[in-house]
Amino acid sequence: MTDKRELRVKPIVNGMVVDHITAGQALNVLKILGINASSKYVVSVLMNAPSGEMKGKDVVKIENREIDPEELDSIALIAPRATINIIRNYEVVGKHRVDPPQEVAGLVRCGNPNCISNTNEPVTSRFTVERIGDDVQLRCSYCEFVIDQDIAEHLL
Amino acid sequence: MNFERKHIISTKDFSRDEIDFVLDRAARLEPSARQGSRLLDGRIVATLFYEPSTRTRLSFDTAVKRLGGTTIGFDSATSSSTVKGETLADTIRIIESYVDAIVLRHPKEGAARMASEISRVPVINAGDGAGHHPTQTLLDLYTMRKECKKEIGDLNVAIVGDLKYGRTVHSLAYALSLYGTRLSFVSPEQLKMPASIINYLKRKGISIVETSSMQDVLDKADVLYMTRIQKERFPDPAEYQKVAGSYRITAETLSVVQDDMIVMHPLPRVDEIAPEVDATKHARYFQQSFYGVPVRMAVLSLVMGVDL
Repeated sequence: MTDKRELRVKPIVNGMVVDHITAGQALNVLKILGINASSKYVVSVLMNAPSGEMKGKDVVKIENREIDPEELDSIALIAPRATINIIRNYEVVGKHRVDPPQEVAGLVRCGNPNCISNTNEPVTSRFTVERIGDDVQLRCSYCEFVIDQDIAEHLL
Repeated sequence: MNFERKHIISTKDFSRDEIDFVLDRAARLEPSARQGSRLLDGRIVATLFYEPSTRTRLSFDTAVKRLGGTTIGFDSATSSSTVKGETLADTIRIIESYVDAIVLRHPKEGAARMASEISRVPVINAGDGAGHHPTQTLLDLYTMRKECKKEIGDLNVAIVGDLKYGRTVHSLAYALSLYGTRLSFVSPEQLKMPASIINYLKRKGISIVETSSMQDVLDKADVLYMTRIQKERFPDPAEYQKVAGSYRITAETLSVVQDDMIVMHPLPRVDEIAPEVDATKHARYFQQSFYGVPVRMAVLSLVMGVDL
């Protein structure tokens, strides 16, 4: 018999499920995946779902879309416990955990208003990702400004 | 050690060995800094100054010319094509095809790093906003090496003034930490050394003293590194007067210091060093300024691959 909890968002045929997203970060995950109002994918978003291991979690399901798991590592910046399942014909064919990349480019805006990356120069913002225990912080490759909290607020 | 075609952007890009290597070359070039040489014969260096800095620009200009090279460039954004809306990136792409090296001063932090990603000729950062100014740090170290009786690592260096915003002191503290130098930071409460730098130094096991009173450090210091406290950091002019007055050295202040203690300052000074100090045996800020020439000659000749 199917548990009612599982029916909250129905299983998808093909696509990807990003699970265990830090509660409240689902929309930012979509932002990182480049999904916006003009995207044609069918997207299900579940926010603040009860979760055994976490206080609450968000889940994002995107139908008919798969992404190289490495590309998804940027998600680790805002949801370090996220997992990604690739689904084909209802079956989970790939399971991945996110791992913060060494560097992120074009994803985050530098918090220093006087940084060269915040001008009309043709330059893509770039940060090195530094791990401090369980946390990550971003160091601007241009001006060395450090973003150590509210990384989601700085997403481009 | 090979510096040919390398960009010089931040003090943090240097290891201690690399710093020593540059300083050794500066020492060898010091006679040429007075008499000239033909080491850069036929070479052209661009000095692109998007904000005024007479001293740094003239020092680089002198360094190139003492090496036998020539310079092109501008000394303010208004005399460059920035006023027509050209980006720094485009300017770099054009100028790099004319010259053998680029010296860049720009008001935006990270400008030199960006230029170095575009330019095929070496870029030397001559100051980017509140960011880095690596040749200043190198000349500070060179001054300590030349003018102090002890090795840099055995010195007790007191840095006084605006430690919060002063970019020279951040780079200097970092560079001195490579030598294990003991550091004292003297500043008003609102202009203290940023916690990130203090934490970094502590992690490296550097001995640090933080105080707001110059009297606490005067008798122990081997080097008194003075910096300017800028009026615009204080909303209240009266408060500025009070604070600035307490970080001023006079001949009398120096009565308690060690015999061979030296006073340094990146200049320009305002009131923080009384003119009477110039004539004392402790004053070294004008020598320090001169040492900018051999140090910049060393950097320029290294990045352009000149063998001595």
